Amino acid sequence: MQHLLTAIILLPVIGGLAIVAYSLLPGRRESNYKWIALAFSVADFLISLLLIKGISAGVREFQFVDDVLWIGSIGARYHVGVDGISLWLVLLTTLLMPIAILSSWTAIQKRQLSYYLFLQLLAGAMVGVFVSLDLLLFYLFFEASLVPMFFLIGIWGGERRVYAAIKFFIYTSVGSLLMLVGIITLFYIYGTFDYVTILNAMRAGSTTLAPRAEFWLFLAFAFAFSIKVPLFPLHTWLPDAHTEAPTAGSVILAGVLLKMGTYGLLRFNLGLFPDMSRKFAPVMITLAIIGIIYGALVAMVQPDVKRLVAYSSVSHMGFVILGLFSFTEMGMQGALYQMLSHGVSTGALFLFVGFIYERRHTRQISDFGGLATPMPWFASLFVIASLSSIGLPFLNGFVGEFLIMLGSWTSNAIQHAWIATMLAGTGVIWAAVYMLWMLQRVVFGPVTNTKNSALKDLNTREIGLLVPLLILMLLMGIFPRVFLDRSAASVNEVRTRVAAPPTGGSFASSKTSEAPKRLAP
Amino acid sequence: MENNLLSLIIFAPLAGAAINWFLGRRLRNEKFIGVIACGAVAVSTVVAFYLAFKSGGALRSTEPVFDNLWTWIQVGKFRADFGLAMDRLSGTYALFVTFVGFLIHVFAVGYMQKDQGFYRFFAFLNLFMFAMLTLVLADNFLLMFVGWEGVGLCSYLLIGYYIDRKEAGDAAKKAFITNRVGDWGFVMGIMLTFFLTGSISFFDKPAQGVTSALQTIAGMSAVDPFTWHAIFAGGVTSIAILLFIGAAGKSAQIPLYVWLPDAMAGPTPVSALIHAATMVTAGVYMIVRCSAIYTHAPTAMFVVAVIGAATALFAATIGLAQNDIKKVLAYSTISQLGYMFLACGLGAFTAAIFHVITHAFFKALLFLGSGSVIHGMHHEQDMRSMGGLKKYMPITFATMLTGWLAISGIPIFAGFFSKDEILWRTWSAGTFSLPSPPWSKALWFIGALTALLTAVYMTRMMVMTFWGSERFREKHVDHVDNASGIHDDAHHDDHAVHEPHESPWLMTAPLVVLAILSTIGGFIGVPYALGSLAGLHPTNYIEQTLGPVIAKVPGGKTESEPAAAEPIWLSHPPQTTDSAPAFVSLDETAASHSAEEIHGERLLALVSVAIAVLGIVFGWIIFRRRPLLALPRILENKYYVDEIYDATVINPINAGSREGLWKIFDVGVIDGFLHTIGEVVLEGGRAIRHLQGGFVRAYAAIILLGALAVIGFFAYYGVHAMRLLP
Repeated sequence: MQHLLTAIILLPVIGGLAIVAYSLLPGRRESNYKWIALAFSVADFLISLLLIKGISAGVREFQFVDDVLWIGSIGARYHVGVDGISLWLVLLTTLLMPIAILSSWTAIQKRQLSYYLFLQLLAGAMVGVFVSLDLLLFYLFFEASLVPMFFLIGIWGGERRVYAAIKFFIYTSVGSLLMLVGIITLFYIYGTFDYVTILNAMRAGSTTLAPRAEFWLFLAFAFAFSIKVPLFPLHTWLPDAHTEAPTAGSVILAGVLLKMGTYGLLRFNLGLFPDMSRKFAPVMITLAIIGIIYGALVAMVQPDVKRLVAYSSVSHMGFVILGLFSFTEMGMQGALYQMLSHGVSTGALFLFVGFIYERRHTRQISDFGGLATPMPWFASLFVIASLSSIGLPFLNGFVGEFLIMLGSWTSNAIQHAWIATMLAGTGVIWAAVYMLWMLQRVVFGPVTNTKNSALKDLNTREIGLLVPLLILMLLMGIFPRVFLDRSAASVNEVRTRVAAPPTGGSFASSKTSEAPKRLAP
Repeated sequence: MENNLLSLIIFAPLAGAAINWFLGRRLRNEKFIGVIACGAVAVSTVVAFYLAFKSGGALRSTEPVFDNLWTWIQVGKFRADFGLAMDRLSGTYALFVTFVGFLIHVFAVGYMQKDQGFYRFFAFLNLFMFAMLTLVLADNFLLMFVGWEGVGLCSYLLIGYYIDRKEAGDAAKKAFITNRVGDWGFVMGIMLTFFLTGSISFFDKPAQGVTSALQTIAGMSAVDPFTWHAIFAGGVTSIAILLFIGAAGKSAQIPLYVWLPDAMAGPTPVSALIHAATMVTAGVYMIVRCSAIYTHAPTAMFVVAVIGAATALFAATIGLAQNDIKKVLAYSTISQLGYMFLACGLGAFTAAIFHVITHAFFKALLFLGSGSVIHGMHHEQDMRSMGGLKKYMPITFATMLTGWLAISGIPIFAGFFSKDEILWRTWSAGTFSLPSPPWSKALWFIGALTALLTAVYMTRMMVMTFWGSERFREKHVDHVDNASGIHDDAHHDDHAVHEPHESPWLMTAPLVVLAILSTIGGFIGVPYALGSLAGLHPTNYIEQTLGPVIAKVPGGKTESEPAAAEPIWLSHPPQTTDSAPAFVSLDETAASHSAEEIHGERLLALVSVAIAVLGIVFGWIIFRRRPLLALPRILENKYYVDEIYDATVINPINAGSREGLWKIFDVGVIDGFLHTIGEVVLEGGRAIRHLQGGFVRAYAAIILLGALAVIGFFAYYGVHAMRLLP
């Protein structure tokens, strides 16, 4: 158990190497690469389940810590660990990997060796991002996840794949370079890359950041993460990348890569720069709310199903930012929950889009219509996934969005928080508009195009890879405490830091209590 | 009192839905599916009656029956249980929902026979019962919202049941989205409630450490003053307005009523169950449940009353000119719901619930009757192609006759008592929730006018359907302007001869039961003034049952109980009254009614009857002679409200999003800006291309220099000049 996290990071990498090794064998068959990849990713998921045992309710310290010196000359360490926040993101990653591999089963025919190799490397890097407790290591994994995704989009993507891949790469690396500058600056100030050490130094007040330094550091980190989320108006890489990526790529992009942004904001921006977080909260919340409404409105008018789902991510991720910067337990827990929930439901939606793309080689909504008649299973399950994305109670989407809005309503981070909440709440109406309108044009009604009348319904593999996601939708909707209780302590750890200014902080504010405050009657 | 049987009421239909979805899909056996579906609802019905009427049951005791299943969400101070509670209000509701629901299930087995998606239909119908009963029995706002969205979902699935029809899908989508607008208000209302009271529970549950939000509000001594400002002040009035937005969506009130007429695209049993008897009255239920909030928010009550009255009249005028039999009933439903909100807005919460119940009886009857007609007419819905059906469908005719008299307000039929109660309460309303006394008379006038119109259009419907020439023999009349024009001939093509026939007993039996209830159902709420007229002193059961759990309007004597009476559930009862039936404990005596009041109430009842008779006579004279009389086009086209919404809201948002936000801003401005940067970089790169000589060592040197420059910059300038170090 001691090196469990390292094992979870390395297992997919070993899987990738195993595929390469197998390809060198004389009797190799190309169709076996995916089996190797699947075996390793399933194994990775199964061992990652062991993490749950280590994080019980109330545990706030990092667990399963591995901490060894990595680059002695600059004191960079290989320091990994999980707490209640990263636990679920790691599990989401390891769960989505086998699903992504299964979704590529028949869709990917060219260059399978490198395809599955990149997927495996990506898996290792993504887990690394969520468990790194050393800033340099975090940066390394953060960038390492970029490269395989760049190739996945650029080689196996749709028609405009090269444009999308380069746009994705440049956008995100501009952000991460700024973050690197921030990391180096922190190193100069604290003499270490170690997150826990820096945090403890800040808590102890032995080395405090000058406000100006904190201002720039917050911006550097926030810029990198906001691109990744993506926060309006930094979102335009996302529709292109999502749309052009192969199905597995979209699932992982939406499911995991976007969460690196919100995870980073929660872990580093709120954790390391609480004063600036408070100062920037109105800006972030404003952008989040614009993103919620804007993303939904633009999603509504997309002629391409995949672009529609992509823009809906902008809207859903806006809720996460809103929750994080409400600095209330409900809002932040809701934000974490929304991250998981978005990964599950949007991941599922991209799978559905992939299924019909594989059958018809088009994603235009107008090319479909009446799919419920030839594909009843597809229709039923697609409707369920859409409803979870809409936020129907007892499915996963509702809990997160409700808690976020409850948190932002009771928040002291901004003035007139209730107006912000009411505006954000309209996003829930818009979600119903764009999803149901899409369903109406794709799934229901008469079959208008004869090419659709003979489409095959989902096969066992396709239903099978959806089942875990559908079960999670119900589980997360009906028994959210399974998840929320385990993350509560860690989220509160961050919240107490960001909600209450440290003594002598430069932005001491009297508005720190979360207690309900009565409005004037 | 805890009783785990309570959850059986909601989970039996859920189990039925699951069995039919997974097993019924394979078996394709209509008998099996029908028995499972009806059986599941029958279980709910029996349990509901048992829990309500057993010794110490919900309707006989002052303490609710609880069933706390699990804590659904708990974060910080926020807590939402999956907990059920049956008190007198939710018990009353559960009784008629399960019972009427059961009858409609039975009817549907006959109506839907030989349908392709038989299993799917009953799975959804059972799922609806689960959601509706969750809504009713929820012990807190959030679980109520679960049921609230759940019934919306089932409504969506069932309106769009004929999945290969475009108009069904459009109607389903419209219903869900319009409801979502209302749901937004509901959710925001829940949040404000939590913000002000720190709780979202309806009840005190000491065992769980939960206090009641409603009790907290009821305990507030100050009532929001009657000002428009109060609506936006973020106090109790704001909660009431937000919740009413939710109620207006679900219960189809102005301006969110537009989905209900279109919802008639669903199969007729769905219209009867969801869009007449149960779901659409959820808004009324919610407001009565929150009577403690509304009695602290007079401005909100006024808004509710005015919207209710306006909707009642508005929908009635449209109903006058519809030719689709289901559309007439749909607008009639909207209109009747308006009555219920009018009652709520004036503090006559009991009268509203009374009307909900009688309306459930007679409107379910009328809808099922229309379903029987449609079935017998081989899925013809246009009344212009009917006529003279009483000869062919005697049972349907006889039963619908009682429904017609009930909704028109003819005495002894159920609708008379409840509608008369509402009109009397309107007339005699105090000024608590009104800006000035004349308002009560104005609202009464609107209500009375609506009653007149109701009698007229219902007579028109009956005349066009059952009397007159047998127009179905003629070739189909011109349907060009028939907006609904839904002809369900998909599975009835085999009927070459369009000879109407009476429906099978599975369909007529529920009609007969509902006809009986529509006739005598009103006797559960006979007011003292009318009962004493006949020399009897009947107990007003509905008022005695609900009175204790409903908050009273302060001042003014709008309910017959003493105004000062504290609602019993608001404070813990001294002891559980297990033994004594509650009906006796609150005996109504002549002493509580002044002679003047009784006189007024009797006089007004007489006026009501006169109005009803007048309406029927008008209708009969006009439409008996000319059943196809063309009515004003603006009414037939529903005041063009759909078109106005399209032109002012939907199309601008659509076009603005497509052209403005997406094409101009997203693609043009943001991406355009980035592409420009890219171009500049590329141009710059071309300019300094000669640096690229192809020597690897030169590249390495440049990279190294660049890296050193960057690192050096931040090492020196970054740390010192920016004063990063303290």
